[in-house]
Amino acid sequence: MSTGTGASDLLHADDHGIDQIVAGEAPVAARSPLALFWRRFRKDKVALVALTFIVLLVLVAILAPVIRNLVGAPPPGQTSTDALDDFGLPQGPTSEHLFGVDSIGRDIFARVLDGARVSLLVAFIGTGLSVTIGVTLGMIAGFFRGWVDTLIARVIDILLAFPVLLLGLGLASACSTKDGCLGGALEPGLTIVIFIIVLSNWPYVARIIRGQVLSLREKEFVEASRSLGAGNMRIIFREILPNLVAPIIVYASLFIPANILLEAALSFLGVGVTGQASWGQMLSEATGKIDTAWWYMFFPGMALLLTVLAFNLVGDGMQDALNPKGNKQK
Amino acid sequence: MGAPLLEVENLKVHFETEDGLVKAVDGISYTVDRGQTLGIVGESGSGKSVSSLTVMGLTRSRNARISGTVRFNGKDLLGASEEDMRSIRGNDIAMIFQDPLSSLHPFYKVGAQIAEGVRAHRDVSKAQAWDRAVEMLSLVGIPEPRKRADAYPHEFSGGMRQRAMIAMALANDPKLLIADEPTTALDVTVQAQILELIERLQSEFDTAVVVITHDLGVVAEMADEISVMYAGRIVEKADTDTIFAAPEHPYTWGLLSSIPRLDASRDEELVPIPGRPPSLINLPGGCSFHPRCPYVREAHKKVDPKLEPVAGNPGHQSACLLDSSVRRKLWSELRTGVKPDEARADVMAAEEKAV
Amino acid sequence: MAAYIARRLLWVVFLLFTITCITFVIFSVLPSGDPAVARAGRSPSPQLVEVIRVQLGLDKSKPEQFINYIGDILPFVGGNGIYLGFSYQNNTDVLPEILERLPVTIFLATGAVILWLSIGIPLGVLSAVKTGSALDRIAMGIALLFISAPVYFFGLVALYLFDDQIGIWPILPGNSAYGEADSLLGKAEALIMPWCVLAAAFAAIYARFLRGNLIDTLQEDYIRTARAKGLSERRVIFRHGVRAAITPIVTLLGLDIGILLGGAILTETVFNIPGIGRYAFNAITVSDLPVIQGTVLFGAFFIVMMSLIVDILYAFIDPRVRY
Repeated sequence: MSTGTGASDLLHADDHGIDQIVAGEAPVAARSPLALFWRRFRKDKVALVALTFIVLLVLVAILAPVIRNLVGAPPPGQTSTDALDDFGLPQGPTSEHLFGVDSIGRDIFARVLDGARVSLLVAFIGTGLSVTIGVTLGMIAGFFRGWVDTLIARVIDILLAFPVLLLGLGLASACSTKDGCLGGALEPGLTIVIFIIVLSNWPYVARIIRGQVLSLREKEFVEASRSLGAGNMRIIFREILPNLVAPIIVYASLFIPANILLEAALSFLGVGVTGQASWGQMLSEATGKIDTAWWYMFFPGMALLLTVLAFNLVGDGMQDALNPKGNKQK
Repeated sequence: MGAPLLEVENLKVHFETEDGLVKAVDGISYTVDRGQTLGIVGESGSGKSVSSLTVMGLTRSRNARISGTVRFNGKDLLGASEEDMRSIRGNDIAMIFQDPLSSLHPFYKVGAQIAEGVRAHRDVSKAQAWDRAVEMLSLVGIPEPRKRADAYPHEFSGGMRQRAMIAMALANDPKLLIADEPTTALDVTVQAQILELIERLQSEFDTAVVVITHDLGVVAEMADEISVMYAGRIVEKADTDTIFAAPEHPYTWGLLSSIPRLDASRDEELVPIPGRPPSLINLPGGCSFHPRCPYVREAHKKVDPKLEPVAGNPGHQSACLLDSSVRRKLWSELRTGVKPDEARADVMAAEEKAV
Repeated sequence: MAAYIARRLLWVVFLLFTITCITFVIFSVLPSGDPAVARAGRSPSPQLVEVIRVQLGLDKSKPEQFINYIGDILPFVGGNGIYLGFSYQNNTDVLPEILERLPVTIFLATGAVILWLSIGIPLGVLSAVKTGSALDRIAMGIALLFISAPVYFFGLVALYLFDDQIGIWPILPGNSAYGEADSLLGKAEALIMPWCVLAAAFAAIYARFLRGNLIDTLQEDYIRTARAKGLSERRVIFRHGVRAAITPIVTLLGLDIGILLGGAILTETVFNIPGIGRYAFNAITVSDLPVIQGTVLFGAFFIVMMSLIVDILYAFIDPRVRY
């Protein structure tokens, strides 16, 4: 949501003029790219609020057991018939059960906290792994070129043409039978969810990084560094990697909310996280109970909505701050 | 002779940005008579494109602050309604741009794009507008114009695209054509052909032309008058012969010595102007050119030079703080092939003697 | 052009074959459980399991099983007469079951597509033209909200609010209403809520996408040329700006339609609409692997075919595409 009144707005007034000049000389050039990024990002109040929310959420996830004890909630897995009424229907929010209980008497507050752990864990690990693999393979392809590049580029093409998510859903459901997959080597749950995330994400990262590296390696500063006798490793880590930070951040910020939604969807379908509370799974269980227990769907649903929204807002804010003239979402 | 066709007076175009006020155009004045050619020369970012887009009413940024006057055929353009401007654009004043590929719509046939401009101003049928498009394409020297009108821009070569742009611009017989870097994106061999074409059509249609360029060589042949712009202002203006024969501004010297001259010996070195154009937000104090000027004095960093007539030639104006005699001496040395540094040393020595 | 289409077709055949292999591996090689046992039900006798094994051709080698699996859906090959596997749960071939549910899914998808295009496109154009205005901010804020909400959560909220049985404002037929409706009109009415819920997220995505594209496009040189020609602002924006900015939407739309035709699994699940998605979901809950395998393959088929159609279509709408 770029509504900036930045110098870049003027681009169409003189496409080979102002932008260059504004950015070209003092005092603008005196700021480091990171400081410039932060200065722009800071102006986006909504994104700042969203960032604060994410930081708090991460803290809450980490400190979930402590918080649970503080408010005196039972552990997320503990069932209790006390909280069900005489007809066996669950109770709504009370001082004892802040978010009410589910149909077998488990405390929803404790389970929402537990779900935050799962959501963030899957999103961060999945995104982190995807970016690591994508960046590594993309850099290898772009930097060394030759047959390695051909091979990696082909794999990327094929994976991007594949309905990877659909196949992932198939894999998750095939392995969610009680015996698992490959004699139990591939167990249902977190591992498969993360595997699907990584499989579907990394080709996008690798493709963009490969393109960037292909153009970066021809740039003067890389040539200069090479002529000064810098080795491949030095060029990769000192010259090329720093220039990839912006696209990496943009992609990570796009993937995290998408991956949270993916985990929730898989869990909603019953082929995602098992053994732990997950927001998607709670929503699935709540499906038949919306008329009798609105809190059952409301709290996990809102937790999911707010979390994804916060990540999307921060992502939008970061993209605008990194690339104020582009308005593209991708 | 009546009033000039185009009269720009003290035009300022400032942009408010997050980083400060960008003074893209900072008080420029010029006139163009019917059938005349004016060259506006300067580096990128000197405000030359912004000023002409403003004349067309195409400076669309919400953050633009525009003042001054622009009169076309006696009519005030800056105060004109959007509807009035629309009827003038492409009809009385037309424009061609630097990159003909990106300036043509990739999804429409070239003929259709020309015909669209015709129908925007003339009450003609589609077929008539198409015929006019074909006629214009043939006029600008495109072979098999009827067939080529049916092609898309990406099927044209660079030169042919610019010809098509010119055909589009001239389709409604405009009184004024603004050509913004018309040859910059083209091959050297094609550049001359395009310039020739513009000149030929200009004399045929008696169109006034404003050529905007960073390259003095482009306007050497065709312009009657030249204005040199630097950092949003005109720093020197004169008729073309004077600009080439007796320029009075160090920036113009720099521009001249950075183009190859046909009459110079082969081993003449091209001397680029050192440094980069200044930030238009934080202009250097005094003369804006002083950080790049080889002949700068301490006083030039504080005094803002005015564009004033040069002694002995009222049509020649220059905004330089150097004494007129010093300027002439410097230029006469430079044109004999002396390097700016050497010339500077000479002048310094001469001044010391005088003291 | 013909050569281009032929090349694309070959690619599609390759993709479909590979996908079929992969799904076969996923469903018939990886799982540790014995499908014959799964089919036989609770505590079967070993003899029964053997009979079933032979019946379903599970005694054959994996490659033979694979040929049996795909043989019947290919021309001239032929297999064991079981189309896309045999459902443990329903005691039927999978393919006819899918085809029976296809019209429902098509009905759901078509309505949603029309709805989201007719909301998303105008909103995206308006937001781009009035960038930074209150309308733009509000529209994009709401769009981001819809993008962030999982469709099943919105579905549940919609049911909670509007379902004619349990809703706070009982105005619309909701859960299971499609299966109960007997007229076309009744079925359409039953789909109002699902259409809106499904379209909301997509309309938001399309509006954001088009807005971003159009803002970029309006800064192109050829837009400046259009204005310099003296065209009306309307014409500049629609004939020149939107025409270029909307073109990539064809790609997006093609892929989304492909995905939806394979079953809008989440929406169909929440509203209990008897389409392919719901069929797949039911199969997941009872671990009816052949059904899941069949629906996955079917969905993949639509996705691949739609991307083929999009590629060919694109060559027609963007003259720069070379074959």
